[in-house]
Amino acid sequence: MNWQRICSESDLPTEFGVAALVDGHTVAVFRTATDEVYALGNVDPFSGAGVISRGIVGDREGEPTVSSPMHKQAFSLRSGQCLDEPETRLPTYPVRRRAETIEIAAS
Amino acid sequence: MNRTLVVIGHGMVGHRLVEEVRERDPEQHWRIVVLGEEPSPAYDRVGLSAYMTEATAEELMLTGQEVHRDERVRLRTGVGAERVDPRTSTVLTTAGESIHYDALVLATGSRPFVPPVEGAELPGCHVYRTLDDLDGIRAASEAGAEGVVVGGGLLGLEAADALRKLGMRPHVVEFAPRLMPVQVDEGGGAVLGRLVGELGIEVHTGAAVDSVREGTHGGVSAVSLTDGTVIDTDLLVFSAGIRPRDDLAESAGLERGQRGGFLVDNSCRTGSAGVWAIGECAAVEGRCHGLVAPGYQMASAVADQLTGRGDTEFGGADEATKLKLVGVDVAGFGDAHGRSDGALEVTYANNAAGTYAKLVLDDDASTLLGGVLVGDAETYGTLRPLVGKPLPAAPEQLLFPDAGGGGGTGALPEDATVCSCHNVSKADIAGVISSGQAEDVAGIKSCTKAGTGCGSCVPMLKSLLDEAGVVTSNALCEHFPQSRSELFEIVRATGVKSFSELISRYGTGRGCDICKPAVASILAGLSDAHILDEEQATLQDTNDRFLANMQRNGTYSVVPRVPAGEITPDKLITLGQVATEFGLYTKITGGQRVDMFGARVEQLPEIWRRLVDAGFESGHAYGKALRTVKSCVGTDWCRYGVQDSVSMAIRLELRYRGLRAPHKIKAGVSGCARECAEARSKDFGVIATEKGWNLYVGGNGGFDPRHSGLLASDLDDERLVVLLDRFLMFYVRTAERLQRTAGWIESFDNGVEHVRAVVVDDVLGIASDLEDAMARHISDYTDEWAAVLEDREKLSRFVSFVNAPEAPDPTIEFTEERGQIRPAPIDLPTPVVERDREFSSEEVSA
Ligand SMILES: Cc1cc2nc3c(=O)[nH]c(=O)nc-3n(C[C@H](O)[C@H](O)[C@H](O)COP(=O)(O)OP(=O)(O)OC[C@H]3O[C@@H](n4cnc5c(N)ncnc54)[C@H](O)[C@@H]3O)c2cc1C
Ligand code: SF4
Ligand code: FES
Repeated sequence: MNWQRICSESDLPTEFGVAALVDGHTVAVFRTATDEVYALGNVDPFSGAGVISRGIVGDREGEPTVSSPMHKQAFSLRSGQCLDEPETRLPTYPVRRRAETIEIAAS
Repeated sequence: MNRTLVVIGHGMVGHRLVEEVRERDPEQHWRIVVLGEEPSPAYDRVGLSAYMTEATAEELMLTGQEVHRDERVRLRTGVGAERVDPRTSTVLTTAGESIHYDALVLATGSRPFVPPVEGAELPGCHVYRTLDDLDGIRAASEAGAEGVVVGGGLLGLEAADALRKLGMRPHVVEFAPRLMPVQVDEGGGAVLGRLVGELGIEVHTGAAVDSVREGTHGGVSAVSLTDGTVIDTDLLVFSAGIRPRDDLAESAGLERGQRGGFLVDNSCRTGSAGVWAIGECAAVEGRCHGLVAPGYQMASAVADQLTGRGDTEFGGADEATKLKLVGVDVAGFGDAHGRSDGALEVTYANNAAGTYAKLVLDDDASTLLGGVLVGDAETYGTLRPLVGKPLPAAPEQLLFPDAGGGGGTGALPEDATVCSCHNVSKADIAGVISSGQAEDVAGIKSCTKAGTGCGSCVPMLKSLLDEAGVVTSNALCEHFPQSRSELFEIVRATGVKSFSELISRYGTGRGCDICKPAVASILAGLSDAHILDEEQATLQDTNDRFLANMQRNGTYSVVPRVPAGEITPDKLITLGQVATEFGLYTKITGGQRVDMFGARVEQLPEIWRRLVDAGFESGHAYGKALRTVKSCVGTDWCRYGVQDSVSMAIRLELRYRGLRAPHKIKAGVSGCARECAEARSKDFGVIATEKGWNLYVGGNGGFDPRHSGLLASDLDDERLVVLLDRFLMFYVRTAERLQRTAGWIESFDNGVEHVRAVVVDDVLGIASDLEDAMARHISDYTDEWAAVLEDREKLSRFVSFVNAPEAPDPTIEFTEERGQIRPAPIDLPTPVVERDREFSSEEVSA
């Protein structure tokens, strides 16, 4: 796997998201309250705008979620599945922490 | 088989008939033509008084107005019927058209009766029946001036109260020795007179209008009464009774009742085949009914006959009435005057509390026949349906259920009519509750229509819900069982400073896009920390997170504050330069500001650096916060201005800038009653008078537009500011999430009266607390953007990509239109991307 460094851990506060550019794809990287890290596609499938990283991180019945800031649909951070409109899903990307940095596998 | 039903009159009853026929005629045997002489389709005339200060015409529209889109129905508003010719079965319209009918229903209502006194036709004389009439009265009203209402019945008192709400000093002239002589007996009349007097309405009973004097301007100038009183006024409202509108009887050769009205039998049929009359214009077996409930029963009976459900008869009427004046509870029902043979009366008068109650019982005191309630009509809802039924408990228990058992909805038999406007029984309502179709009052309303008429049964609906054990939830979201206002109190009382602490102590889970911004707003209201400090930042909606409004393609708009819309030419030039430099689209908005669109996240700090250096500050266009205080030009420039609206608007906008609230707040200040700043469509509106300022609250534009209601009048500058401080803080503390001031005010039983009691009269004793809280907000204010520009940590978040901070987002593209940029059309990505695999973070983050 081809891991790329995205940022240092301190650039990604708890329950926050940041956007990253990985091989021309825009990716949203999140960190939850329980300190898990997830990466999803950054483009909101309902509006086409690159804004998912700016959504609010929370949970729905325990499932960690981010809600699109555009029209507020919630997406599972684990699967990218849209919980409000299940036919829609965001791409997910392999992500890991190593030596206090966060890395994403591009392809 | 297609036959034509013509309905003359689109009032409350005509509309009901059309609805019922549509409902019961799915095969569409009937094509319906409705002629309505008024310019608007049917509206809630019973609720008409609300139109004076609280409700808009749209809000009064009756449900079922989708007739406009029903091909079967042709509604012609603004067109009257001129003649009816039963021999040829045609109606001639005022538009000169002749329409053939197979069935004709007359629903022409009544007209106000104007007693034949000298001068009654002068300009300045009004009647009280239609939206147009009320528009006329409102336009002619003048705050502080005297106004006279002729007639002290139900409608006259409503009209007087409307004048009072317009800031006038109303007088009521009633010929009988007491107010509401039809509904109320002597004992009740005395209490009623006192209560009405306390409202500031001057009552003249036992007197009639002798003559109306003409002034030099050609309109009314004074009224003299038979008891010698002379009242200087140029506004007179006649509300001295109604007469059925039966003018069409002549040409049609239809018989009239002895006291007017189209004479019909118990099935509402006139003497002419295929012609019915319903509502106030119908004299059923010779008797007219001036209330909406009997009219609805007639409509339903005729709809049955037209749709082949047999010869349903009008079953007689419930003549119960309740006055809709806040603070003055009056109700009369059944045989209120004890006219039945051998009737017994049980009376309770409490002069200290100003209440009076009378029950009329049959000769062996076992059956309720009627009653009168004045001062406290809470039991009206439970008593009225008991008329004609055996008493379920002793009379005193029925009148004072709180004092011990017996009363309340529990005492009602199943078949008792709870909503007389729509003839809905207790069993009907219990049915929709127990079957789960209705979970709250709104649900009962939409399932059964109960509560959508005069509204007097709504408290009963609530207690039926309680009785059935339905708990209405006001939880904010799945994470907090409390409502926003409850959380506000919790945060205030406990001093909790962070979302994490709040949710771990009072909620569950980790929050969501509903509770996080709501809590952020509460915390912002109670502390002076910057909204992007530490954990606070993670709670913010994207707008607040980047202190800019996110627009459709993920770019942001930049909106500096331009207090009250006043701006120097130099500052205008700066805005133009900044927009040119960063390639932004500019537009002057309705809030009297210049919006700049199309900024990318990473450009925001540079743009704001330029703006802050030029003396601009955040306009909070992104927040649920005070937006703008719109102003006209007032005494500065306008030849009509009576106060300096510009200075006041600037003062208010600067005073409340940055105030976080459950919803955005907009305001306006107009320099005179011409209202060029449209202040009355705002959350708070200030309108100059000769003596100071009138303060209106609870208006808004948007999806559900509303006009604001008068809170206080003729205020000086300082008093205005104090009342606004209290009003805004009271709203910030007690409103629910995303509740606008209008909905918040409506959520109180007495609406704006309650807000006035708290804000102006300080009945809760919290005024100084509210003022202190506002003072703290004002002294703690700092410009959010200036603070961000000085904070490297916060600035570091304004990047396009964390690993390529300057790289423009490739998904953002613009095209050009009319010489400016606009977002390029976007191809939506295919929703499911097959190639990537599911990934759990545990696999890799361990
Ligand atoms: C301020 C106010 C408060 C009231 N409060 C209460 C209350 O609390 N409780 C209660 O039960 N009742 C109340 N009423 C009375 C109630 O509004 C009426 O009983 C009810 O509206 C009667 O309905 P209707 O359809 O018969 O007449 P309307 O609603 O008056 O409708 C008749 C319509 O026919 C139109 N029309 C007349 N002639 C023609 C023609 N030739 N061609 C075409 N159109 C024509 C009229 O313009 C009118 O629009 C109140 C009335 C007012 C004015
Ligand atoms: S509201 Fe009055 S003062 Fe203000 S601009 Fe209009 S006319 Fe002039
Ligand atoms: S009794 Fe009038 S709405 Fe129910």
